Amino acid sequence: MSLNQPIRVAVLLSVGQHPVTARPRRADQDARALELALQLGNVEITPLHVGLMNEQNEAALRSYLGMGIRQIRLIEPKAISLQESPDILFSLEQGVRDSGANIVLCGSRAETGESSGLVPYLLAKKLGWPIVSGLVSIEKIEQGSATLLQALPRGQRRKLKVSLPAVLTVDPAAATARQSAFGPAQRGSIKTHSPSTSPNLSDADLQKSSASDSVLWQFQPAKKRPKRLKIIKATSARDRFKAAAAKADASGGKVLQGVSADDAANEIIKLLLEEGVLNLDSRL
Amino acid sequence: MTVSFDEIPEKSGFCAIDCIHSTPILHHRALILEPLLALRFNGVDSPQGIKRKAPHNVGFIGPNGIRRIDRSGAQQGGVASRKEVAQQSSRRLHSIDQPQHHIMVVADMTGGRLSAQDKDILGLAHQLAAKKAATAVMLVVFGEHKETTFAESGVDRLLHIEGDAFEGFSPDLRLAWLAAIEREMQPDYWIFPDSGLGGGDLGRRLAVELEVHAATGLWQVNLNEEGFSCTCRASAATQDLTRALPRVILALAECAEPISDTLHEAQEVKLMREPLDQLPRIQDLGAVAVDPASVSLAEAEFILSGGNGIRDWDAFHETARILGATEGASRVAVDDGFMPRDRQVGATGTWVTARVYMAVGISGAIQHLQGIQSCDKVICINTDAGCDMVKRADLALIGDSTEILAAVRRKVSELKQEKRHVA
Ligand SMILES: Cc1cc2nc3c(=O)[nH]c(=O)nc-3n(C[C@H](O)[C@H](O)[C@H](O)COP(=O)(O)OP(=O)(O)OC[C@H]3O[C@@H](n4cnc5c(N)ncnc54)[C@H](O)[C@@H]3O)c2cc1C
Repeated sequence: MSLNQPIRVAVLLSVGQHPVTARPRRADQDARALELALQLGNVEITPLHVGLMNEQNEAALRSYLGMGIRQIRLIEPKAISLQESPDILFSLEQGVRDSGANIVLCGSRAETGESSGLVPYLLAKKLGWPIVSGLVSIEKIEQGSATLLQALPRGQRRKLKVSLPAVLTVDPAAATARQSAFGPAQRGSIKTHSPSTSPNLSDADLQKSSASDSVLWQFQPAKKRPKRLKIIKATSARDRFKAAAAKADASGGKVLQGVSADDAANEIIKLLLEEGVLNLDSRL
Repeated sequence: MTVSFDEIPEKSGFCAIDCIHSTPILHHRALILEPLLALRFNGVDSPQGIKRKAPHNVGFIGPNGIRRIDRSGAQQGGVASRKEVAQQSSRRLHSIDQPQHHIMVVADMTGGRLSAQDKDILGLAHQLAAKKAATAVMLVVFGEHKETTFAESGVDRLLHIEGDAFEGFSPDLRLAWLAAIEREMQPDYWIFPDSGLGGGDLGRRLAVELEVHAATGLWQVNLNEEGFSCTCRASAATQDLTRALPRVILALAECAEPISDTLHEAQEVKLMREPLDQLPRIQDLGAVAVDPASVSLAEAEFILSGGNGIRDWDAFHETARILGATEGASRVAVDDGFMPRDRQVGATGTWVTARVYMAVGISGAIQHLQGIQSCDKVICINTDAGCDMVKRADLALIGDSTEILAAVRRKVSELKQEKRHVA
């Protein structure tokens, strides 16, 4: 992106919940998203929160301010509801559009409510932007595109290029957020905006998103999931006993005895290549 | 109920009558049993035309001169093969000629095979399919695969979409295909594994596209007559949310039992109208090399593990570096101080989930084998062909670890050199 066109990043911040004490706190993944934005250096950051201004929320939001930002833009929705509701999404979209951002950064899921992880996708759809999830870092931002590093399972990483504007969600593997400092947290301000145009949602809109039937949803503390039992399908007592006292049985694998070390090495390499775990391109 | 004393004689009287009555039943049972026995022992024809076999002829004489009867069938070739046949056909064939409804399952296919979670989700799909007649479970597979057990895992129909683009991250293209499937088949349900970047990402994209409020983190379904509901993890897994079952489902592992007693058709189908090509907004620039030593053992995909049979530890580390493998060790190697404690694999160490586990000079003690239960492929290098690790391994090489590892290092370096020259 050229110099006269500054990069604007909107970071969506939510109020999290401590997993043990259930006290409101800064949401871990959102804090990581903010950290990622702060590390980009020369960008304009608009921290955004859609929610009500009360004492508990304020404490949580102030801990984002303590990471070194001056102001959080707060948009008050008409009613408190699940994050996935059309009402909140409308406010989010407005907030992003008003900020003129070309990148939206957020955590992959909230810590309260449904925490379905659908919000970034819904927002991207509304904005008509591409979405990339599971980010660990932003390598560079150029003319109309960003190069990103995405976390894959098993500690692997993948490089992606996405056209801007885009919605990006961070992975729990992204760098941990810096500590919140008390002074800046108190000095920073939370500026309340009301939605520029009131959400003018038709009934059809509400019907479409089945969030409207969320009144029938029931939340209760998470039950411990039953442990899966080993199902033994044995017809005789002998088989059942063997299965219970299982020790390695010959699994029908290939055993190569009396081959030269070179042949053995070839067999190993063949299997490693077949499984795709050996990368011959690496320089090591 | 209380029993008074004067009732007892009457009770015993009943008993006597019972016994008399049971005699003809016994007799009857013997009549049924006889031909069964004959079949079982596969004996000779008796004068009455019934097959008979002397029961004393079963078994064999063991090394100490004692007769042994092995009912597992391991000793007698003929019996074993009959048992095998029985085992294969014990799976009931489940076929659907003309499916009216479909349930789509989009598998992750990590490493080109159905993952355990994929199989659970196929099980869930069959729970739903059983509620409506003529419903087929269709599996959507993108790109190349190595799976051979689709029929055993519960795949009625298979929609295999080929293309080089699917090797990388191509959510837009995949979504376009899913949308095409939606238009053509109108499936009753879409089921995805709610896993990181696979089904978790694609499923959310589809849900948003179809404007369905998907159930995410689903771990239980309740299929009552009044209506289907489901239980999902919410609030970062601290709460359970019970709600009506939507059309798009993102389910956790162990949400249902995998298919185990039916055999399915796994019949390939094709889509009539393929989606148009489009300009992807996300471009995959390929995997980035990560230092395997920085990957935690529990997460590592490829582990080179050393035990008491390693003579040259420097060469072992060098091999791990060249192969790009994460290092692991047996307890003996750790106790002897050759490897740090956090690298120990096994019951008292780390339970690993590697796709390829290479055990060098490890005997395969039960405590060690427990730790590698969920590994896909095990390669073993050992001097002792009779050790338990060889039995567990998919590929076992009998020989000296130092020599074989040296050969592996040389060959891999050669291959890398070649590749560099070509490029
Ligand atoms: C309570 C308890 C918990 C335990 N927990 C664990 C655990 O978590 N993890 C664990 O690993 N162990 C554990 N153990 C220890 C376990 O029982 C075994 O003692 C240990 O795993 C054996 O390690 P090893 O296979 O490296 O050594 P050994 O059993 O000595 O095996 C060495 C192997 O190397 C082979 N060999 C020798 N020379 C060569 C050569 N030149 N080339 C190739 N092969 C060669 C030998 O044939 C042999 O098979 C536990 C034990 C107890 C009692």
